[in-house]
Amino acid sequence: MSVLAVAEHRNGELRDVSFELLTAGRELADAAGADLHVAVISGDAEAFAEELNREGVDAIHAVTYGDEFNHDVYVQAIEALAADLDPTFLLAPNSVNGLDYAPAIAESLDLPLVTDVIDLAYDDGLVATREMYGSKVETTIEVDGDRAAVTVRPTEWPPAEGLGDAEIGVVDVAIDESAIGSTITGFEEAAEGDVNLEDAEFIVSIGRGIEEEENLELIEELCEVTGATMGSSRPIVDNDWLPDNRQVGQSGAVVTPDVYIAIGISGAVQHVAGMKGSDTIIAINTDPNAPIFDIADYGIVGDLFEVVPALIEEFE
Amino acid sequence: MKVLVTVKEVAQVEDEFEIADREIAAQSLDYDLNEWDDYAIEEGVGMVEDGVADEVVSVTVGPERSEETIRMALAKGVDRAIRVWDDSLEAAELLDPSAKAKILEAVVEDEAPDLVLTGVQADDDAFGATGVTLAERIGFQWAAVVNDLDLDADADVAHVHRELEGGVDEVTDVELPAVLTIQTGINEPRYASLRGIRQAQRKELDVRGLDDLGLDGSIADGPLTLTEMYEPETESDATIWEGDAGETAGNLAEYLRDRGVIDA
Ligand SMILES: Cc1cc2nc3c(=O)[nH]c(=O)nc-3n(C[C@H](O)[C@H](O)[C@H](O)COP(=O)(O)OP(=O)(O)OC[C@H]3O[C@@H](n4cnc5c(N)ncnc54)[C@H](O)[C@@H]3O)c2cc1C
Repeated sequence: MSVLAVAEHRNGELRDVSFELLTAGRELADAAGADLHVAVISGDAEAFAEELNREGVDAIHAVTYGDEFNHDVYVQAIEALAADLDPTFLLAPNSVNGLDYAPAIAESLDLPLVTDVIDLAYDDGLVATREMYGSKVETTIEVDGDRAAVTVRPTEWPPAEGLGDAEIGVVDVAIDESAIGSTITGFEEAAEGDVNLEDAEFIVSIGRGIEEEENLELIEELCEVTGATMGSSRPIVDNDWLPDNRQVGQSGAVVTPDVYIAIGISGAVQHVAGMKGSDTIIAINTDPNAPIFDIADYGIVGDLFEVVPALIEEFE
Repeated sequence: MKVLVTVKEVAQVEDEFEIADREIAAQSLDYDLNEWDDYAIEEGVGMVEDGVADEVVSVTVGPERSEETIRMALAKGVDRAIRVWDDSLEAAELLDPSAKAKILEAVVEDEAPDLVLTGVQADDDAFGATGVTLAERIGFQWAAVVNDLDLDADADVAHVHRELEGGVDEVTDVELPAVLTIQTGINEPRYASLRGIRQAQRKELDVRGLDDLGLDGSIADGPLTLTEMYEPETESDATIWEGDAGETAGNLAEYLRDRGVIDA
């Protein structure tokens, strides 16, 4: 029996989630009495394999084809490895690239797929925990049958540490280039904007609770009287109410201010990914069950249209 | 060029809710068009308006209630709509991505689109897997999390940006036919106009059962079983300031002054 975890890298570096996958994979392998195999595909795969040789890893397979991620290459490489290893469980990161290949490989190997998993257990079968309804509820899902593919939410497992004694092998997979239907032509970084949220010490961030573009004036005024820098959750930027560089989160800025005030923001995982490193988090939200309160140090359960004007008054 | 847009009606949970039998009571649920699909619809409708595509059709797997949502897609400019449903699907608590893809695959076979647009994920169960699973099943190319799309129909290629983590876009050429999963922010979804809403009433909304598609109810017996649903134990150790707006704002102001982040 084996668990096969597929590492992720970009721009010459393994991403943190790769090491978290090793921990999740080792736990699952222990519970199921399996070996932990790791695949690392493309880029400097051999060097990555050395780095992935952490405690608990039994074997690492480096597929040296191509540079950056390409889902067709990943699917073909994993198919080839699976033909050889016959893995019981396939683990991939629930990242943007994970979502670009994991469903395809699960379908092609006929594996049931559970995505964005935050906990895994094995009890004669796989039991996965995942959230629903914007993190308001958790669910457990039992997988019938012996096998499964799972994508694992980043930062839920600690990274694997220590030097391992895995067997490292370079695998020569014959990639069928005629089956590659997408070609990556480059990468683009978001343009720099008027502020650098990453440097800000005090951020007031606004979410969909603001309802209308006109209402943003209220938050602008709060920032003015307090000297805070304004950030936002994604919907505000999607609506073009604020420029791209104001977005905090997985696909925006990762910020680490002394104080982060989240106003009318629910605390979706992709938002939290960008601000959980703040020293002090303060949430203002009408919903006492909003997930943002789970990571907040201070909170006000209340209507921003009442609390913010009162706050502005305090500083005038 | 024909575009198929997959659309889902999603449930949003109100602030106060109860869970019974692995479900949230209906009175605490509000139904709406999935946010990501709204952007996919706009992208598809825009292609017809720009003369890049000839027809845009929407497909949803959902009960009768979801027709409100489908009418919204029609009102926004989708040419016609298909809704697939079956009592066996009603009974299934959880449809896995593969089951959804099998149903959509049957619709793709009937409709023969050149391009399928889905949302990145559905707001309620957030599996984020249906589009890519479908692509694999039907042998289309694909790209997940697309936040920029420029279709070159003559060259049969979609020039896309995939939104990676940390504000970096991957720039990729995808051969057609393809499935693209559309990210929010790619465009500005329109509101349905009054005229659009009136026209939507006259547009074709084709309801199909699983047998019409050559499938049967066994599709609902997927490998995933939802065994528990519960409110997560709060990990919060936040200090909640109590009182009216004036009092809580006073607490917060005092904290900010003590903390030294405010000069005033
Ligand atoms: C691939 C991917 C990448 C993403 N990247 C990001 C990202 O980088 N950043 C990001 O933010 N999101 C990102 N998202 C989106 C994310 O999943 C959420 O949809 C988004 O963060 C929700 O924003 P919100 O909290 O402002 O809105 P909602 O979730 O709608 O929350 C609004 C909140 O406001 C509260 N509220 C309403 N009225 C009031 C009032 N009067 N007073 C006080 N509170 C009120 C509500 O109780 C609610 O909690 C991404 C999603 C995907 C799939």
